[in-house]
Amino acid sequence: MSTTTEAKTKEVKCVVWDLDNTVWDGVLLEDENVQLKPGIREVLQTLDSRGILHSIASKNNYEDAIKKLEEFGIKDYFLYPEIHWNPKSHSIANIQKNINIGMDTIVFIDDQKFERDEVQYNHEQVECIDAVKYTELTEMPRMNPRFITVDSGRRRQMYMQDIHRKNIEAEYTGTPEDFLSTLELEFTISKATEEDLKRAEELTVRTHQLNSTGITFDYNELRFFTHSEKHRLYVCELTDKYGSYGKIGLALVEITDTHFHLKLLLMSCRVMSRGVGSVLMSFLMNEAKDAGKKLLADFKKTDRNRQMYVTYKFANFIELDEKENIVLFENDLSFIPLYPKYLKLTITE
Amino acid sequence: MSARQKIREYINSNLVVLDDEAEFEDADNIFQKGYVNSLFAMKLLNFVESEFQCKVDDSDIVISNFSSVDNIINLVKKKKDIEE
Repeated sequence: MSTTTEAKTKEVKCVVWDLDNTVWDGVLLEDENVQLKPGIREVLQTLDSRGILHSIASKNNYEDAIKKLEEFGIKDYFLYPEIHWNPKSHSIANIQKNINIGMDTIVFIDDQKFERDEVQYNHEQVECIDAVKYTELTEMPRMNPRFITVDSGRRRQMYMQDIHRKNIEAEYTGTPEDFLSTLELEFTISKATEEDLKRAEELTVRTHQLNSTGITFDYNELRFFTHSEKHRLYVCELTDKYGSYGKIGLALVEITDTHFHLKLLLMSCRVMSRGVGSVLMSFLMNEAKDAGKKLLADFKKTDRNRQMYVTYKFANFIELDEKENIVLFENDLSFIPLYPKYLKLTITE
Repeated sequence: MSARQKIREYINSNLVVLDDEAEFEDADNIFQKGYVNSLFAMKLLNFVESEFQCKVDDSDIVISNFSSVDNIINLVKKKKDIEE
């Protein structure tokens, strides 16, 4: 299997829609009474309920197009709409950057071959689909996540809250940490329960940028760890005054005679700027120290998780060993960074 | 602006404590003084790499190389000829 084909089997995180003759029949500039294509509302709604996001790449007048989407009552489905006259490959690049997901999880749907080719040429990993196939979207395997969790159902709302936070942050003039302290952040670390496992599996499948080992575990494997005496599986949730970010972090520890061995650490990219990765790290260091043990951590270097590598290194982890990009870190726990003052940490059993 | 000034300015504008309280000398350990956190560490690394157009090797990513203006200058000097 070639890498391109392989990439295009990944679960889709965002569908980017053209408007004219794709979402509605007709061209808005020529006819202001364009009509929604039959069944499009249901397609949008169904994918949305599965936690798949929507965006727009359309060559149109921004105000007119937004007004029309409002009239149809579907405007709120679309995050970061790109409506202007620039090339659609640029639009896709902006959407990808704003939502912070991989190109290989984006699908672009447009009635014009020229536009699909232009996007395909610039973004090989994006799957481009002819608009005539719009009713088939919901049936595609890539559009059917294995689990629908509470977090997938409210994913769009969580992204909308993020946009709101970003706007407020952009206007804030103090230091980044001052800003964080205005958010009333609450970070909860707890041992995973049965109900957490679907979301935990979803997290291991969806998270690449902030995944320490790239290993994904399925439901049954994760379930085993929650019952094992030799393992601990932690989940993290983050909330602030605007709402919950959902269950956004996971850590799997194997307990040996001498060490806490961190097998997996992952964090959703959406909380990257909240500094909670370091908080979870400090928590695990304290747990190991309290048990009178040292901390080991597996880490697989990829071109996407450098941020996490840096987090380990700055948390005083030393590389014991490196083989084919797989690193074994050890921390003697002589220095455990304090929890930051800008958040409230709750640890539940 | 000299490299030293640029680095100082960057650290200053990202300090955790309020600017008028923060005073640090080029040799001070900014992590130990609690001025900056690990979130800042990644941003500082990105800043150094983009400002001085160099890639810091993994083996050089250790707190001590970033813990003071002097140490950052020395790190960059390993990679590039710069005017302090």
